[in-house]
Amino acid sequence: MTRQDRIALLHQAAKERILILDGSWGVMFQREGLSEEDFRGDRFKDHNVHLKGNNDILCLTRPDLVQKLHEAYFAAGADISETNTFSATWIAQEDYACESAVRDINFEGARLARAAADRFTAAEPDKPRFVAGSIGPLNKMLSMSSDVNDPGARSVTFDQVYDAYREQARALHEGGIDLFLIETITDTLNCKACIKAIMDLEDEGYEPLPIWISGTITDRSGRTLSGQTSEAFWNSVKHARPFAVGFNCALGADLMRPHIAEMSRVADTLVAAYPNAGLPNAMGQYDEQPHETACHLEEWAASGLVNILGGCCGTTPEHIRHVAEAVKGKTPRPIPERARAMRLAGLEPFELA
Amino acid sequence: MRPVFVNVGERTNVTGSAKFRKLVVDGDYTAALAVARQQVEAGAQVIDVNMDEGLLDSKLAMVTFLNLMAAEPDIARVPVMIDSSKWEVIEAGLKCVQGKAIVNSISMKEGEDAFRHHARLCLRYGAAVVVMAFDEQGQADTARRKIEICERAYRILVDEVGFPPEDIIFDPNIFAVATGIEEHDNYAVDFIEATRAIKQQLPYARVSGGVSNVSFSFRGNEPVRRAIHSVFLYHAINAGMDMGIVNAGDLPVYDDIPAELREAVEDVILNRKPKAGGSQTERLVDLAPKYKGDGTVAKVADQAWRGGTVQERLTHALVNGITEFIDADTEEARLQAVRPLHVIEGPLMDGMNVVGDLFGSGKMFLPQVVKSARVMKQAVAWLMPFMEAVKDGQPRNAAGRILMATVKGDVHDIGKNIVGVVLQCNNYEVIDLGVMVPADRILDEAKAHNVDIVGLSGLITPSLDEMVFVAAEMERRGFDIPLLIGGATTSKTHTAVKIEPAYRRGSTTYVLDASRAVGVVSGLLSEERPRLEAETRTEYIRVREQFARGQEAKNRTPITRARANAHPVNWAEQPPVKPSFIGLRAVEGDLADLARHIDWTPFFASWELVGRYPAILEDDIVGEAASDLFRDAQAMLKQIVEEKWFTAKGVVGFWPAQAVGDDIAVFADEARDAELARFHTLRQQMDKTGGKANLALSDFVAPAGKAADWIGAFAVTAGHGETEIAAKFKAAGDDYNAILSAALADRLAEAFAESLHRQVRTQLWGYAPDEPFDIDALIAEKYQGIRPAPGYPAQPDHTEKATLFKLLDAESHTGMALTESFAMSPPASVSGLYFAHPQAHYFGVGKIDRDQVADYAARKGWALATAERWLAPILAYDPMAKAREAAA
Repeated sequence: MTRQDRIALLHQAAKERILILDGSWGVMFQREGLSEEDFRGDRFKDHNVHLKGNNDILCLTRPDLVQKLHEAYFAAGADISETNTFSATWIAQEDYACESAVRDINFEGARLARAAADRFTAAEPDKPRFVAGSIGPLNKMLSMSSDVNDPGARSVTFDQVYDAYREQARALHEGGIDLFLIETITDTLNCKACIKAIMDLEDEGYEPLPIWISGTITDRSGRTLSGQTSEAFWNSVKHARPFAVGFNCALGADLMRPHIAEMSRVADTLVAAYPNAGLPNAMGQYDEQPHETACHLEEWAASGLVNILGGCCGTTPEHIRHVAEAVKGKTPRPIPERARAMRLAGLEPFELA
Repeated sequence: MRPVFVNVGERTNVTGSAKFRKLVVDGDYTAALAVARQQVEAGAQVIDVNMDEGLLDSKLAMVTFLNLMAAEPDIARVPVMIDSSKWEVIEAGLKCVQGKAIVNSISMKEGEDAFRHHARLCLRYGAAVVVMAFDEQGQADTARRKIEICERAYRILVDEVGFPPEDIIFDPNIFAVATGIEEHDNYAVDFIEATRAIKQQLPYARVSGGVSNVSFSFRGNEPVRRAIHSVFLYHAINAGMDMGIVNAGDLPVYDDIPAELREAVEDVILNRKPKAGGSQTERLVDLAPKYKGDGTVAKVADQAWRGGTVQERLTHALVNGITEFIDADTEEARLQAVRPLHVIEGPLMDGMNVVGDLFGSGKMFLPQVVKSARVMKQAVAWLMPFMEAVKDGQPRNAAGRILMATVKGDVHDIGKNIVGVVLQCNNYEVIDLGVMVPADRILDEAKAHNVDIVGLSGLITPSLDEMVFVAAEMERRGFDIPLLIGGATTSKTHTAVKIEPAYRRGSTTYVLDASRAVGVVSGLLSEERPRLEAETRTEYIRVREQFARGQEAKNRTPITRARANAHPVNWAEQPPVKPSFIGLRAVEGDLADLARHIDWTPFFASWELVGRYPAILEDDIVGEAASDLFRDAQAMLKQIVEEKWFTAKGVVGFWPAQAVGDDIAVFADEARDAELARFHTLRQQMDKTGGKANLALSDFVAPAGKAADWIGAFAVTAGHGETEIAAKFKAAGDDYNAILSAALADRLAEAFAESLHRQVRTQLWGYAPDEPFDIDALIAEKYQGIRPAPGYPAQPDHTEKATLFKLLDAESHTGMALTESFAMSPPASVSGLYFAHPQAHYFGVGKIDRDQVADYAARKGWALATAERWLAPILAYDPMAKAREAAA
């Protein structure tokens, strides 16, 4: 099966049912109780910086574990699993002095996910599995000042962010992903640099892949960290003609609902959501139980708000299993037709009808 | 359907605004940002930014300005139009905007290939485009060329590049007319015709243009230029023009242009021969000097209300808060009246009744009402000399006379002032005794002025006791007039349980906020009074019963058990961090910087406008009132900063400290033997389940032997000058600005406390050196460590402020002082302790029981009764119950 065949299947599947994305990777790695040695493996045994906590490096040093997690999520009923590459850009990897490993992490991360997906598809041809190349935010933002005393200061340039994302996207593409997932977007300008990097790959002869864009509403103000409302965010990324758009992380399902409902109203593409398992407790842990998450998301599905559901921080294969079962047979949200209009955005949307 | 026209702000364009050009060339970006802000506030829906100036590095200026704009949420909320004739400047700009912008402009000037290339880039950056009607041959001037070029560009964009047609805006070139050159006469018509054709033939595409070009030949005659713009837009918009770079707020309404001028302009725009003969250009050139300098053309629409009757004008001025003409209008009304007093009782009060009705029905809001009062006061001030001259000294026929005061020991009066203004707006005479007023003076004045009602206000908890005292004094001295209670810490429960029983002869009523004040007062001064008082009395009996039941239901944990369940901290795992210095350091606040870090949401709340900033500015109901208030606040804030109205002073200190039971011992140095001071803390005594601790602030400091620990303290004020400024405004009859200045001083003090806390976290104590900067997180208090203040829920005992002030030597470092009730003076002040431990968090002590009160009294060296008085608001028992039982 070629990649274009798989993409056609993905579009077909999205028409027929609510697709399920996998859940959190962080919490699952935590449960493994990994040591510094696990993160280093052979390749980095003499690395001069601590690597514990650099989950992405596990694609190279503990591929067995990464493979196991993909399989656990596919087995729980996920249609789509994300590559373990959330922070695999040279900018984010600077903290671990692992910039030179970025290409390998993404390439291997994509291959591991690809292999797991293909095994499941072969076993269950009626439920093909897909691989989303995870592209996370950076610790450096293009719209926010890096210096209290100088609101115009930036710690990174657009061209650097673009360059970092382009390297990551290229390696994910070569590793065999089916779609890009730009996720946990805190700054829309970073996301726009990523969109341009992905689109520009076409000029190098890479076949275009679907793009899924997932922003993050950080608190009850209903805005992204960089200050945009849901609709302004959509207007700002719509030029990517995304396969799907939505939100993930920061909020649990109860607090995320109004923003997903708003996105559902304005976006004329698939709408996707993967909230956290509630809000963290005082100890930073997530208490929401699988059936609770599923109960919220089942209501979203029943209300016709979404096309793709999954979990972010604190969710486990058990959560995904409950969600998958709860929304099984539910009709996916029909994509609304919106009148053509010039829709611009600052922090707030602007429409010239 | 009325055509919708998008007004693109033109003031942040160096080619269009000499002022902006100068600011940018001089590198004064702060002032340049203010220009952008003004435009957005004036209603620009899109901001055009253009830096094409020979003296500038245009690319750098574009990037600098857009990055600065991104940090200003009130500007960044609207989309940007990135305007340059150089592609490299446009591309640099596109790399700075997170929203979806408009690129202005691309064209086929350098051929189709470059055009395609730029269009593809706009598509990948995600921007709409303005396409100039420009090709290899040059700019299109005739309608035919304009249409032909736009059509060719449209086909390339839509069919070849895949550009969404709704994101294309054509600029078919507006050229100057009436230049004296005959070939130019049809330029406006060419534009209008091209616009009509584009809108018909190229689906979803839009049309825009730079309007000021059209009147270029009338440079120096602004009224005529504005008239030309207005007439041109009238026709172009009807032909389908969607947007324009224009200062639309400045344009006269088409119908308001004098007929003679309008007809001459119309002949020029539409290239018609004048009826009177000659050329249309000559006719307008002849007419133009007559209108030169007649700057009022632009204001014709705004000033329409000036044509009404005196009553209508006075009402309009009162409702809209306009003082500009009030003296003249009041004088006109006086000349028509038999006596000057009748102007107040007649037309002015009629106008204020309209204000009162609008306020009552939720169509006006507090800040607007306070502005109305300012107009009213100015009118009354105008009449005063005339009233004295005719010995019109008899008291005017007010609806009632109310005495108001902030009680002894308390300095807060923003809320009280607002209530006063609202009452005055409703024709009540208000005698305001100010702040820190002792009970005997309140009652002496009440008697001397023969007032109808006494209103008491207070913000800090000890004021509650003082109010009980005033009530008891009223009882003792034989008053029977109604007593009203209001202010932030007051409540219906406290009024019912503590104050009302102390004043049996008269009635006591709790007033929730300013909007209720008029209803309560008018009721109590009407025939309804007996019924209303009886109702309140019955209600308060119920409140007391409910309160008593609540008391019984709430089981308290014995203090010994609560202590055994203190918050556990593993000091070895999370060891305390040593501050960068030990001892005191005086600090100064930079008002300009503090102004930028104000948390605005509470500011609106103080004006009874509820909602989160900035969303509140857009609120369907209060948005307009909030925006007006915000604009006034910004303007005053600018003055405060520039003219240094206030000074911000503070002091911060750190010391070695150890917990000793529920107390915190503070030491002079690391030897930890010389005790400098001791803070006493209170512990929660509610029943805790699920492994939750019974907290006291001392839990967040390590006991001796566990780890060496430290504590910090601070006191800051932004209020030096506050009282004087407010008094000055008040003396001028301007309550609005008096209240505004006090409210801003409060916000500056809070911002000072926040910014100092951040400095403490990252540098001075330095336990969180890498904390990210994010103003929302700061306001949401998402950082390590706390700064609780005595008198707040984590330590409700205000008297601890005395220890704090002494330790900080706050009086000599900051000029701050404490009243006998431990309110801080100046009012815009904040103080507190710093706890650095990662597990330190805010909590409320809640109600405490007699065992802890006795223990606390012993630790503080107080008699039990003293402790019960200071802790009255949080006692879980009625200290007087036994005495009452004995008496009964």
